[in-house]
Amino acid sequence: MQKYFLAVLVENKPGVLTHVSGLISRRAFNIESISAGYTEEPSVTRINIVVSVESENELDQVVNQLSKLIDVIKIVNLSKSPSIERELVMIKVRADKKTRADLVSVVDIFRAQIVDITSENIVIELTGSQSKIDAICEVLSDYEIVEIARTGTIALSRGPIPVKQM
Amino acid sequence: MKMNGAKALLESLKREGVDLVFGYPGGVVLKLYDEIYKMKFPNILTGHEQGAVHAADGYARASGKVGVVIATSGPGAANLITGIATANMDSIPLVCITGQVANPAIGKDSFQEVDVCGITTPITKHNYLVKDVNELPRVVKEAFFIAKTGRPGPVSIDIAADVFNTEFDFEYPEEINLRGYSGKYPVNEKSVDEVVNAIETCERPLIFVGGGVTGSETSDDLRKIVSRLGCPSTSTLMGLGCIDADTEGYLGFAGMHGSYGANMAIQACDLLLCIGMRFSDRVTGRIKDFAPNAKIVHFELDPAEVNKNVQADLKVLGDLRYSLPMLRNKLEESLTNFHEKFSAWKTQVVEKGNEHPFSWTDEDDKIKPGALITKISDLCDENTIAVTDVGQHQMWAAQFFKSRKPRQFLTSGGLGTMGFGLPAAMGAKLACPDKNVVLFTGDGSIMMNIQELATIADHDIDIKIVIVHNFILGMVGQWQRLFYSHHYSASELKCKRDFVKIANAMGIRGYRLTKAEELTSDLPEIFYSKGAAVIDVFVPEEENVLPMVPGGKRLDQMVLGKE
Repeated sequence: MQKYFLAVLVENKPGVLTHVSGLISRRAFNIESISAGYTEEPSVTRINIVVSVESENELDQVVNQLSKLIDVIKIVNLSKSPSIERELVMIKVRADKKTRADLVSVVDIFRAQIVDITSENIVIELTGSQSKIDAICEVLSDYEIVEIARTGTIALSRGPIPVKQM
Repeated sequence: MKMNGAKALLESLKREGVDLVFGYPGGVVLKLYDEIYKMKFPNILTGHEQGAVHAADGYARASGKVGVVIATSGPGAANLITGIATANMDSIPLVCITGQVANPAIGKDSFQEVDVCGITTPITKHNYLVKDVNELPRVVKEAFFIAKTGRPGPVSIDIAADVFNTEFDFEYPEEINLRGYSGKYPVNEKSVDEVVNAIETCERPLIFVGGGVTGSETSDDLRKIVSRLGCPSTSTLMGLGCIDADTEGYLGFAGMHGSYGANMAIQACDLLLCIGMRFSDRVTGRIKDFAPNAKIVHFELDPAEVNKNVQADLKVLGDLRYSLPMLRNKLEESLTNFHEKFSAWKTQVVEKGNEHPFSWTDEDDKIKPGALITKISDLCDENTIAVTDVGQHQMWAAQFFKSRKPRQFLTSGGLGTMGFGLPAAMGAKLACPDKNVVLFTGDGSIMMNIQELATIADHDIDIKIVIVHNFILGMVGQWQRLFYSHHYSASELKCKRDFVKIANAMGIRGYRLTKAEELTSDLPEIFYSKGAAVIDVFVPEEENVLPMVPGGKRLDQMVLGKE
C-alpha cells in the first residue's frame, strides 16, 4: 500500500465534508486521515486527505470519483510535487516526581513542548511529520499515556505556486 | 417580482420548461400545492411516491427531458429513495423536490422529519437543502443544469416548509456559477486519431454501445459509423435501440442473458469499440477473461468510469456529442475499404450467432414467453415504446422485442428495480402521447406498484400492460432451479391473483390469454383497441431465460439449454 497526500479544495458549504467522506467510504477507499479547515479565501475549504492505495490506478479512481462531486473545485496530488507535510499531536502523560525529569528530556530531544502541567500529568505538543509523531508516541509508550489527540497530516507545496493554480 | 417561495418554485420550474410534474401532497408542501392549484400547474397524483418518482423517470427516459417529482417530508421523501437510486444507476436526469420541516424544527426529530440530504447523498448527482428563500431560484437553476448536463443524473432539492411561505423579490438567474462543475467535456482530437488508426489496422472489430449513446442523443452518428465500417455490433441492455435491431451485423445485446453471437464475438474480436458504457458485471462475465483478444477502446464522458472495471487500451475521454461526429468524419475520410476488410469477419460472427439464436420450443397449446413477445413486437410500429419491469420477462423482452430507436426500450438496468415498469410506462406515455406504449411485466413485479393502475385510469393513460404470468418470481425461481436444487424458497406465487378483476376494480379493461392460438385470434384486437388494458398472459412456470452466463463464468461459457 502506498500513501498519497491529496489537497482537495471545496466550496465552503454545509454538507460538503459529508459528501467527500461518504464517497470515500461507499467506494471502499482506504483513508489514513482527513482534516478540513478554512483557507485564504472565505468561500473555500481545504480538505487534506491521506489516502492509502494499492496502485496508481486506484489513486486515479479516488481522484476521478472525488472530482465528480459538484462542490469539489479542485484536487491536487501533493505527493507528485515537492511538499511539506505536518501533523500536530497532543499527548497527555502521567508524570509524577520520579518520571517528570525523564519526560522533559524526551520533550527536549523531540523539540516538542510542554503545554500543560499538573502535579499528576503533563500535556506534550509536537508538530512534525507523521513518522516523527509515531516515534514520540513509541518512546512515550514506556510511560503511562492517558490520551492522545492527532490532527492527521496536512500538506503544502514548496515554492510559490499554490494548489489552486496547479 | 414579489412572491412567496412556493410560487417562485413553480415559476422557476416553468422557466426550465417543465410542463408536468408527478407528485403527492402532504403537510409541509400544502402551501406549494395551494400554488399548484392556483396556477393550474399540471400535477399527476400517483398512488404512491415511489410511483411518482418512477413515472418522472419514465418521462425523462422517453423524452430526454428532466423528470420532476414532488413529495412531502419524512415518509414522502423516504418513499422516493428506490426511484432516485434507480435513476442514478441508469444516469437519468431527475429533479426531486421534497418539502422539509420548517427551519426551526430541523434537527429536532420533528413530525415527518427525515434527513433527505443525508439519505440521498450516495444516490444523487448532487443535492440541496434550501433554508433561505433567496437561494431558491439559484438552486433550481443549478439543479436542472446539473441533472441534464454531462453524465445526467438525479438531483434532490429539499426545501424547508417556511421557505414556501416567505415573500421575497423573485428573479430567475440567467447565469450559472459553479466553480467545481462546468458540464462541458471536450474531446482531445488526438485520442480519436489513435482510434481511427486502431480501426484501420485491426482485423476483427466489434462495436459495443451503451446507454451513454441514448443519453447524449448520438445514435445517428453511431449508426453512420456502423454503416461506414460494415463491422458487427452489439449493445448493453441500456444501449438497446441505439442501433436498429434489424441492422446487418447487429448481434443483439450482450451479457448474462445476451445473445450467443454477441458474447462469442466479444471474446473473439481484436478491437472492441466500447461507446458510452460502464462494463457492468452483468455484461462482462468473469472480468479478467473479458474480451481477452481485444484491444479495448473506451469512449466515455465520465473519467471515473475509465479503468474502473475493465482496463482500456485506448480511451477517448469527453462528450460523445464531440467524439462520435469526429470519429465519423475521420472514418469517412479514411481511404480504407472497411466493408471489404471486415465482411468475412462479420459473416463469421453472424453465422456463429445463428447457431444459437434466441429461441423457444412450442409446447402443446401453451403460450411461450418468447412467442408472446415476438408476436407483440410484430404488432408494434417502429415508434412504439417498450417498458419493462425486472426479472425473466425483462430479459425475454430484451431478447425478443425489436428495439429500433433510442428512448424506446425503457428498463431498470443498473439497479434492477421491480415495480419500476408500470409507473415508468405511465410517465413515458405522458411524455410521448403520440407513441404507443407497451409494458412487459411479471406477476411478481406488477404487484410492487400495482396501485398505479388507478392513476392510469384516473388520467386515461393509454398503455397496454402485458403480464407474463408464470405463478412464480421467475428469475429467483430460475436460479433456485439451476443452482439451489429446485428449492423454491419464498418464490412461488400459487395464489391465483386475478389481474383481470384487479384491473376492472381499478377502472381498466382486463383480458386473459391462456392458449397459444389466442395470440393470433385475440391479442391483435386487444392490442390495437383504444385505452389502457391489462393483458394477463399465462405462461409455463418452469421456463428458463436462456442462454445464460452463470455467475463467475466467461462470456463464452454460456448455458444454452440444449445440453
